[in-house]
Amino acid sequence: MIFFRRQLPLLITLVTGIVFAAQYYVPHPASEEMLTTVTKWLQIIGGFALVLGVTSLFHIHAVKIRRKEPGWGYSFVLYAAMLGTIAIGLWLEGKETINGTMTAFGWIYNFMMVPLQGTMFAILAFFIASAAYRSFRARSREAAVLLIAAIIVMMGRVPLGEYLVPISGDITQWILNVLNASVRRAILIGVSLGAVALSLKIIFGVERAYLGGGKE
Amino acid sequence: MNTVFDMTGWPRKLILVISLVIAWPACLWAAGVAAPREVRVFDTPNDGGGGLTVAWALEPGEGPATHYQILLAEAKDGAAVKQLAEFPANSHYAKEIKSPWWTRPVPKTYHQYDIKTGKGVELKDGTAYVVTLAMTNGEERAETQAAPATPGPNWINWNQANNLLLVLLFGSVLFASIQAAKKREIFLRRIAGLDAVDEAIGRATELGKPILYLTGAGDMSEPSTIAAAVILGRVAKRVAAYETDLMVPHRDPIVMAVCQEITKQSYLEAGKPDAFKEDSNFFITTDQFSYTAAVDGIMLRRKPAANFFMGSYFAESLLLTETGASTGAIQIAGTDSDHQLPFFVTTCDYTLIGEELYAASAYLSREPVQVGTLRGQDIGKGIILCVLGIGTILATSGILFGTEFQTLFLDFFRDVK
Repeated sequence: MIFFRRQLPLLITLVTGIVFAAQYYVPHPASEEMLTTVTKWLQIIGGFALVLGVTSLFHIHAVKIRRKEPGWGYSFVLYAAMLGTIAIGLWLEGKETINGTMTAFGWIYNFMMVPLQGTMFAILAFFIASAAYRSFRARSREAAVLLIAAIIVMMGRVPLGEYLVPISGDITQWILNVLNASVRRAILIGVSLGAVALSLKIIFGVERAYLGGGKE
Repeated sequence: MNTVFDMTGWPRKLILVISLVIAWPACLWAAGVAAPREVRVFDTPNDGGGGLTVAWALEPGEGPATHYQILLAEAKDGAAVKQLAEFPANSHYAKEIKSPWWTRPVPKTYHQYDIKTGKGVELKDGTAYVVTLAMTNGEERAETQAAPATPGPNWINWNQANNLLLVLLFGSVLFASIQAAKKREIFLRRIAGLDAVDEAIGRATELGKPILYLTGAGDMSEPSTIAAAVILGRVAKRVAAYETDLMVPHRDPIVMAVCQEITKQSYLEAGKPDAFKEDSNFFITTDQFSYTAAVDGIMLRRKPAANFFMGSYFAESLLLTETGASTGAIQIAGTDSDHQLPFFVTTCDYTLIGEELYAASAYLSREPVQVGTLRGQDIGKGIILCVLGIGTILATSGILFGTEFQTLFLDFFRDVK
């Protein structure tokens, strides 16, 4: 069993890792075709995995309803909404419009899902304001630097600010193009090296924790 | 009678000479429609097929008034000639094509034109074509003999040879560092965010509250998600030892399945297999804001004492962390999404910035093999720093002195596809 649990996955990882790393250097159509085929496999596996996810969701909320845990009403709403949407979607073959007329399935998406998503996204504006308030309190030297930089950048980005302090536009550009860009690039270099190192460790079996556990 | 206007003597000769000197280049232009020389037509190197390259030497008489025409026909049907392009003779130089010095097919001073399958032309691999090059100037025209060539796909893109060499170099450094780390201990600088992991778990245990761990928005093919899953294993081991509740809501079912196995193994290693709950890893939805709303709801209802945000994030980062901060939980984030870092730094108690996310596994396990990779990464960064310095000096000197030998070095570190 150790072969199927450990050695076989490591072997598959090694072979596919090397093959697909090499694929980057091969422009031949056969190489592109192989990548396309494997991408389709991934989509198919993803489709099957979604069954796992939905099963998990149903199970968790069924348990909550059965045990009448606090907030079990939300689980009931989730069940009703999900089963209702699935039933309507299957009935209408997943069509959002028929002959230019919106179906019930389309209505659920356009008048329930989209506004709810929009509401969540809109809350971001208020969260940015509260987070900015908290971080701009100059409690330390670093926070003071952040506060000053933020004030300059805000002045430089708003037409009124640039009108009142004309030089703020130039300073803003300098902060963004020199200080900000250089730090971002430094972070990206570190991230890229880290990602390459992790990939090499996984391909060559040095990192095995993702298989579930450490050393055997 | 001789006068100053007498045109029969030396003034006439002088005017003739001056006229000739002035008119010579114009005569050359007018007469510069000789057929292009040293014409080469060949399969475009380093491509996936469907491409031919035409290259030819500069003509002495070429200028803005003269034009080049590229004509293409199938070899078996030479009569159906199609004009592909016409352009001024002072354009389309080989130096304008982005290719490194080791794959440049002709000298930089040559003209070069790439024929590719696209608008109005389709080159079939394995089919022989003939290409004719013509030079025109008004009504005058001179063309070369049709040159045959067959397009075909290539097995290796040598333009990316530098990339391959750098990966091999970095890989060698990495594995050498791992070997070195096995022999002697390597110093690791303190990472406050990772030191706080134990503190966060301990606090949750004392308060009798659960721990919330998020693996980010990415799927299992993203290194940051793999790093988040690996760290989950280390965190779960300590959570198991303390017998604290762990909640790991997921956006990707495959990540969920992998994390379930990792968590189960961690509980086994901690000697607490009975404490493992299958439901600790659960799926919510793949939708970004529905997931965010659900996790925010969990934070507000269950009030976890510690929140971990590892992996890659998008606009939901602030929605999650600000809600977590409002519940008073200790928050530790780790991400390589540089655009979300300011939000995490602002709202979390500790943030693992960029590469620290990848270093976390080594830091928490302290295994020599893992720590060795960190040394390898540091050496890699040292090399990049040196290349940046040397490259800046060389590029600047190239501009100052108008020399080109610097490209021998600079091309090697360029991303050429």
